[in-house]
Amino acid sequence: MDTFSFLIDGFALAIQPANLIYAAIGVLIGTAVGVLPGIGPALTVALLLPVTFKLDPGGSIIMFAGIYYGGMYGGSTTAILLNAPGESASVVTALEGNKMARAGRGGPALATAAIGSFVAALVATAGLAVLAPYLVKIAVKFGPWDYFGLMLIAFVTVSATFGSSPLRGLTSLAFGLWLGLMGIDQLTGQARLTFGVPGLLDGVEVTTLAVGLFAIGEAFFVASRHLYKPEKPIPVKGSIWMTREDWKRSWKPWLRGTVIGFPIGALPAGGAEIPTFLSYTIERKLSSKPEEFGRGAIEGVAGPEAANNASAAGTLVPLLALGLPTSATAAVMLAGFQQYNIQPGPLLFTQHADLVWGLVASLFIANVMLLVLNLPLVGIWVKLLKIPLPWLYAGILVFASMGTLAANPSVTELLLLTGFGVVGFVMRRYDYPIAPAVVGLILGPLADSALRRSLQMSLGDPMILVQHPSSAIMIGIAVVALVAPFVFRGLAKFRQDED
Amino acid sequence: MTQKTLRIPNRPTAMIAVVLFAIAFITYWDASHMKVRATYGMSASAASYFVAILFVVLAIGHLISAFKPSDIEVESADWMAVGWIGFALAGLIGSIWLGGGFIPGSTLLFALTARAFGRKALLVDLCLGAVIGVFVFLLFNKLLTLALPQGPLERLF
Repeated sequence: MDTFSFLIDGFALAIQPANLIYAAIGVLIGTAVGVLPGIGPALTVALLLPVTFKLDPGGSIIMFAGIYYGGMYGGSTTAILLNAPGESASVVTALEGNKMARAGRGGPALATAAIGSFVAALVATAGLAVLAPYLVKIAVKFGPWDYFGLMLIAFVTVSATFGSSPLRGLTSLAFGLWLGLMGIDQLTGQARLTFGVPGLLDGVEVTTLAVGLFAIGEAFFVASRHLYKPEKPIPVKGSIWMTREDWKRSWKPWLRGTVIGFPIGALPAGGAEIPTFLSYTIERKLSSKPEEFGRGAIEGVAGPEAANNASAAGTLVPLLALGLPTSATAAVMLAGFQQYNIQPGPLLFTQHADLVWGLVASLFIANVMLLVLNLPLVGIWVKLLKIPLPWLYAGILVFASMGTLAANPSVTELLLLTGFGVVGFVMRRYDYPIAPAVVGLILGPLADSALRRSLQMSLGDPMILVQHPSSAIMIGIAVVALVAPFVFRGLAKFRQDED
Repeated sequence: MTQKTLRIPNRPTAMIAVVLFAIAFITYWDASHMKVRATYGMSASAASYFVAILFVVLAIGHLISAFKPSDIEVESADWMAVGWIGFALAGLIGSIWLGGGFIPGSTLLFALTARAFGRKALLVDLCLGAVIGVFVFLLFNKLLTLALPQGPLERLF
């Protein structure tokens, strides 16, 4: 029962008063930023990362967990009350949730989303605590060639399944890989693609790219067409509490959503969209009142919200155990860990066992806080939705540039941020997915060094990649996943949106 | 008839193809100037060459799809608003470049972005931006001890 005793230690760390306060602050500001329209969890985490810089690693990771879950919860609030899902994982929530809010049942919709997320996160975090150590046991046997194969799978699945066409997804990935080349090469100390600019020698910061593409790009995009689509939040009327019938109709969807969400989230490029859509379809089939679907069925909020949160905990499994980000949010979280000089992966569990289990414990605690703090405070979050659009985006831009400047106070960094903003605008306008670029920037250099270390060990013989059955299988999967969408056009239906 | 055959139905895609070719060329050029070679295995330029090839392939893919009708609808854009945001970011960059500091820069950024989203009360927005700028500066520099760029105004605190 190693896991159990580690988890107890983790809780001992997480329930220290200072850490509880960090968790509470994290949940509150995470929700406050996440609730703003157009801001999903990935951007919430990227924007708020600098706030946690100066805390000790334990405290900042705990705050970070709070921000993460707070941002997710905020996203579903926006989806329900504004019909403006901040991330594609809440698109399904918006389908029924917004209809419920229009019918004056916004309160119960928010409540079932919150409690469902809580139940799902609780179960899925327990799953993470049980599953991750097993994965670590396998991962410590991985050679560099296995990591290379794993990253190939991540590249292909992220870029071929996100967005509207594999060509656009791969282009986004290539942009990220290209940015990943910039800076001093780790093995030979040569400068790559720095064009003599000293500010580029350290490479491109993941947070700068993420904030530029997501926040600045979004601001450009919304501004370019805001005249045509104004939106108003729906006020929460009546009781926010769920009736007995609401409970009866919600608890099964919560559990089913969890069971669907967690394993899919744990797969590379599983993401949150497939489980949320799957959960929605299943609830619609199983519902005793299928006629309510499309007009505000509570099951259609409860199931997908649970699936969303469970898959978010699922993405933490490959992230913590393998260092493999499989969604934009996970990619930004990985960047966050790197800021604290913590490299996720199998070694994390042996070198920083206290931190890992502190994080897992604070995920539990952040969830409890989310439930205790956020439901009563829902009135305040709704008020945030009423901030006029001009001030909202002006504030977002100030916050975004401030975060970038706090991490690296230089004009070069600001120019990069602006440049990424313009690229993000073009990508949004022409429907290129953004997550592959962020994943490419993070995993590109890792894949490069994994491949080079493999080739050094084989004295330059590339056959080493296929001589090990494990890496050969993974490379095979990657190739199939790359070629399949072009061969079977029908598979294009099985695509997902990003985040 | 001859004019019709030269028409490209999907201009933005063709433009992107050109940009991708350019990136591929720059990457290739940069890689060919890297001198240190690995004794065995792959040298540092190999990844650059790989990415350059990837860009060429993607550029060809874009070129091919540029000759098909577009599968996405591109909405008409309000370029004035986009310009104002560009102007706002330039205000921040300019302020920091010239040593004006974070507060004036973020004030400009806030007010001009609000202008981009259609607000006309520039003076109110300038004041609000300044208040937010001061608040953020104090929060970061005093409470979190992170260094934001300082100008004459910030040194007063």
